[in-house]
Amino acid sequence: MKLLVAISQTPETTARIAFKDEGKAFDPSGVNFIMNPYDEWYALVRALELKEELGGTVTVIHCGPAANDVTIRKALAIGADDAYRVDITPDSAYVVAQQVAAHAKEQGYDLIFTGKETIDYNGALVGGMIAGLLDMPFISHASKMVTQGDKMIVTRDIEGGEEDIEVSTPFVLSASKGLAEQRIPNMRGIMSAKSKPLNVVEPVSAEAMAVHTHFTVPPPKSAVKLVDAEQVDELVRLLHEEAKAI
Amino acid sequence: MILVYAETQDGKVKKSALESVYFGSKLAALNGSSCVALMLGPASDGGKLGAYGAAEVLHAADEKLASFDTSTHAKVVAAVAKEKGAKVVLFPDSANGKSLLGMTGVLLNAGVVSGVNKLPEALSDHLVVSRALFSGKAFADCSINSDVAVISLAGNTIKPVAEGSEASVTAITPEIPEAKTRVLDVRRTVGTVPLPEAEIVVSAGRGMKDPSNWGIVEELAEVLGATTACSRPVADSGWRPHHEHVGQTGIAIRPNLYIAIGISGAIQHLAGVNSSKVIVVINKDPEAPFFKAADYGIVGDLFDVVPKLTEEIKKLKSAG
Repeated sequence: MKLLVAISQTPETTARIAFKDEGKAFDPSGVNFIMNPYDEWYALVRALELKEELGGTVTVIHCGPAANDVTIRKALAIGADDAYRVDITPDSAYVVAQQVAAHAKEQGYDLIFTGKETIDYNGALVGGMIAGLLDMPFISHASKMVTQGDKMIVTRDIEGGEEDIEVSTPFVLSASKGLAEQRIPNMRGIMSAKSKPLNVVEPVSAEAMAVHTHFTVPPPKSAVKLVDAEQVDELVRLLHEEAKAI
Repeated sequence: MILVYAETQDGKVKKSALESVYFGSKLAALNGSSCVALMLGPASDGGKLGAYGAAEVLHAADEKLASFDTSTHAKVVAAVAKEKGAKVVLFPDSANGKSLLGMTGVLLNAGVVSGVNKLPEALSDHLVVSRALFSGKAFADCSINSDVAVISLAGNTIKPVAEGSEASVTAITPEIPEAKTRVLDVRRTVGTVPLPEAEIVVSAGRGMKDPSNWGIVEELAEVLGATTACSRPVADSGWRPHHEHVGQTGIAIRPNLYIAIGISGAIQHLAGVNSSKVIVVINKDPEAPFFKAADYGIVGDLFDVVPKLTEEIKKLKSAG
């Protein structure tokens, strides 16, 4: 099995979100960056498990500047065999999908993993776009995957439940919580990651057709109205008459 | 023309379809174009989409479209959009809508924006839409500079109102590509509104102390007609099923009313729920960070407060 995992880099979940240049760009000052959790905990680890089960290789691909190599090295430390970094600012889902699809077309993979979304832009677009560009089946929000003969049975999250889908390789999958358990890189992994191939490649030309032009943060919430624990009826009155929520 | 993918389930249009069609019709009204709904697979009640703003309802009823395959549905939507000259294709931001969005964008060579959260005030040459990102910790305007735009609508963005009359349903027979995936089994919790569609959510956390105590939460949810949810530690320890987990790594929701019981309000939890219109927090710890994000709060013992709340709401409901 030749497996590809597309990984992205995001601010950590507790980062303070702020913007600069009058709301035109994200302000990265003081922010720690991590591998997008859906890519790392679920997509990458499930790919590694599949390699352990069926043999093969796990390659990671990332779109970003050289400063992001630390994220790629972490993926190698967790267990990926090799990596590609496309030297481009990942400013739209479409541009990223174009890079991954171009690489995949050239190399030929059996299965391409992405996270279900990044925790910063929450776009949930790249996986479906890659599948569209490669004309491969796409299964989103995968929370479980088992091999059955030459087929795979993938369970995906839907509103209020889940469904099982039978699919054959090649296909593209986006990983949701539950697909695998997070792995912490060990010292051997960290040491060996230093000598694993990290290939830097030039981007293919691609034009962003949808761009984020202006960012804002929500206004601070007005202070909470506290109701005495002995006056629950007052809370109900407020919810009914003031908030009109019940 | 705006083409709306009107999602169906078990042969009926879903709530998300009413929202999408209603939003689509309001968007179309901004520049005097029309909103056309497209239903895929067997469905019986498409005519009512007319009342919610669809000028026309197109229906490809082929049994092959009954179960969901991303490529098949995306290719049919793209073909219909091309044939009808749609300028905007609108999906609900549901599991299937999210799955279709990127692929349909590629097929139509269109700019794509997911999770649109309000109706633009006006239309210019380019469609500019607003969306939440960083799990609701920020908002952004997105400009789409392609001829065709493909967007999805975040749940609970607009309250659909039946303003018109039933539409006639036009049967269409587009070419249906062979699906390369096959749905083997669908499992849904019956009897409750799925979390992303719920208007009221009652959610509980570790303050409940034990899964056997959930009765008071369920009773409150029942009198409110609410869906139950939980925090991450509760789902991770197996007290509640994973599909109830709301937060940054669970489901992001934006109901009209979110009641948080015994949840401290870690930043990752807040990220998934802070777009709720009204937030009520019940916690015995006055320092719980959740109070800072709440509209209303009670500092008190949840085992005491929650049953009282249920009783008071019952009184309100019976008073009519």
